[in-house]
Amino acid sequence: MDMSTQGAQEFDTIQPDHRIQRRRREEGEHNGNGYNSSAQRLARGLGWFSIGLGFAELFAPKAVARIAGLKSEDTGLIQLYGLREIASGVAIFMQGDRPAEAVWSRVAGDAMDLASLGVAFTSPESNKARLSFATANVVAVTALDVICAKELSSDEFCSANGDGRSESVSRRSLIIDRSPEELYQAWHDFERLPQFMRRLESVRVTGGNRSHWVAIGPAGKKVEWDAEIVEDRPNEHIAWRSLEGADVYNSGFVNFRKAPGDRGAIVTVGIDYDPPGGVISRALAPLVREDPGQLAQEALRRFKQIMEVGEVAISDGAAWDNGMLTQRPAQPLADDEANQARNLNQSNRGRAAAARA
Amino acid sequence: MRANCWYGKHDVRVEQVPDPKILNRRDAIVKISATAICGSDLHLFNGFIPTMKKGDILGHEFMGEIVETGPDVKNRKVGDRVVVSFPISCGNCFFCKKGMFSLCENSNPNAWMAEKMFGHAPAGIYGYSHLTGGYAGGQAEYARVPFADVGTIKVPSGLSDEQVLFLSDIFPTGYMGAEMCNIQPGDTVAVWGCGPVGQFSIRSAFLLGAERVIAIDRFPERLNMAKAGNAETINYEEASVYDSLMEKTGGRGPDACIDAVGLEAHGAHAIIYAYDRVKQAVMAETDRPIALREAIMACRNGGVVSVIGVYGGFIDKFPMGSFMNRGLTMRTGQCHVQRYWGELLQRIERGEIDPSFVITHRMQLGEAPKGFDTFLNKEDECIKVVLRP
Repeated sequence: MDMSTQGAQEFDTIQPDHRIQRRRREEGEHNGNGYNSSAQRLARGLGWFSIGLGFAELFAPKAVARIAGLKSEDTGLIQLYGLREIASGVAIFMQGDRPAEAVWSRVAGDAMDLASLGVAFTSPESNKARLSFATANVVAVTALDVICAKELSSDEFCSANGDGRSESVSRRSLIIDRSPEELYQAWHDFERLPQFMRRLESVRVTGGNRSHWVAIGPAGKKVEWDAEIVEDRPNEHIAWRSLEGADVYNSGFVNFRKAPGDRGAIVTVGIDYDPPGGVISRALAPLVREDPGQLAQEALRRFKQIMEVGEVAISDGAAWDNGMLTQRPAQPLADDEANQARNLNQSNRGRAAAARA
Repeated sequence: MRANCWYGKHDVRVEQVPDPKILNRRDAIVKISATAICGSDLHLFNGFIPTMKKGDILGHEFMGEIVETGPDVKNRKVGDRVVVSFPISCGNCFFCKKGMFSLCENSNPNAWMAEKMFGHAPAGIYGYSHLTGGYAGGQAEYARVPFADVGTIKVPSGLSDEQVLFLSDIFPTGYMGAEMCNIQPGDTVAVWGCGPVGQFSIRSAFLLGAERVIAIDRFPERLNMAKAGNAETINYEEASVYDSLMEKTGGRGPDACIDAVGLEAHGAHAIIYAYDRVKQAVMAETDRPIALREAIMACRNGGVVSVIGVYGGFIDKFPMGSFMNRGLTMRTGQCHVQRYWGELLQRIERGEIDPSFVITHRMQLGEAPKGFDTFLNKEDECIKVVLRP
């Protein structure tokens, strides 16, 4: 089942270019002369393998470390990899008939595993024989993953994707206990977006429907673009899109619908961007939580906190980023770190207040 | 300050860490006067809960004096003596407004991790893995308390720390286990597990009007404590739990059954225990539901199975046929502490219960590693350890 196409029927509000992309994708699926069922079976097998290995890594990291010849201090990393494996496995089953992206995410995972094993070889404490055996196994699985992912993303997938551009559209919804009017007004203040959109450093309204956006890319590189509002229906819908010459082509929309029974509003956010680096970065995106779905989900969650509570809750472990790999130990922050975390909240607050004044 | 930090399976260390600071506008800093080791901390100590990170400060049962407040904490001030609730709750969201504080939607910054494991995310919890927010815990000299206006209760100076400390978790948790049973006059309630939470379930069931309470465990000191609370007891190593319960209830079964054991259950049948232990070891299931299965099979037709023992993942051989055909109801949850603690504080003040009865060991914070070992191995008849910073 393709959730995104289902959603598309519910919303008449999506930008025309999305709709075209989407239709092409559907036609591609219906016209294709059947997909490669052996690749599909292989994908399922890899999915179960991911889930099995993931659970083993998550709950028995010591045993996994021993078998792979790693140091026992690596168990934390192994558990993270376990979560990643489970996510890949679940994604394979969730993506329906053609889980190409999910299998590519496995390939990216294999690359991470191989890199980690490579690092482990340099450690005097590791067991080289076991490491070699583990590495050989990962190489074999990587080969299977690449074959499977290539099959799945061959002809139909590309034709389904229209012009072949590696575009990703994702939408997420969250119920927020405020009226559509309040939520629309808050979101429409574009200069407040960095308060709840991770990666955005600033948005400056440059006049009329136009604004200038600055974001920090996945590799810490600054990217900038000008954007314009392309659709604006008060208390209901806002859509924006980057203008020609943007570092990263991107667009997005937010939709507000009254929730049943005075429970606030259902807010739907769609983010669409063309990540630089093509298929590899696309495959890596879900792992580093840079895929548009995750960005939309987290923007919504923070937006909800700001609207319901007044600010974003900070924990010690997720002081400025809640990624698994960037998680700190749950210990109080040092003075400079605490200031940094507070500034993330307060500077945005101050900036928003100044903008309103 | 000094704090008890997790470093891996059976490895906790008391270390020097930075002092906590106000980060959000509704934070308070509490100087801790008493803190405790919870049975659920043993699940972390035994390595059953994923997403722990080396250095995580443990502890979600603590109290003390407020020494600093954020600008938006209006109902607490420096100098207030408070107990802190283990769930971190915003007080504003759909769930908090309905009194379901442990399901707060706004207090878990790592909600996405929990969503991957559970489908949806529960509230943040102090010192209880990164899945529940990655908040530093209270086995320390100081703690930062987010949403302090909702997550603290002021306690009168006439009551000692030991009398009120357990309002943070185990007293309300045991009480909620009994409250979910919807106890009617004449009811018999069976309680699996006579650890501290089970002890509070036993006493709460009587407070809520149960006629009989039957307590199940294997450690004599725990069964004796249950007896002191007027419960009848079954030692599952000496008698069949099902047969004994049927004999005591005339074949009908207890009206309600409370599972105060959770994911690391033991059972009298070596083969069943071995089956679950092996499945757990090979990851075919993550939790050992021996007590839960027994509770379902024993419960009377149309009765309630109330689960307050902690589970973390998946179980195997769930007796769904028994559960469905006999019209049972299951109620569960991490405790909505803030819903119950006002009422329970009044019961303590009126002298209906003195929660300090569960304490068997008193130690200094620096002895936390020894406290964990003693509690885990049930050495020296250990039931509850309280630490003083």
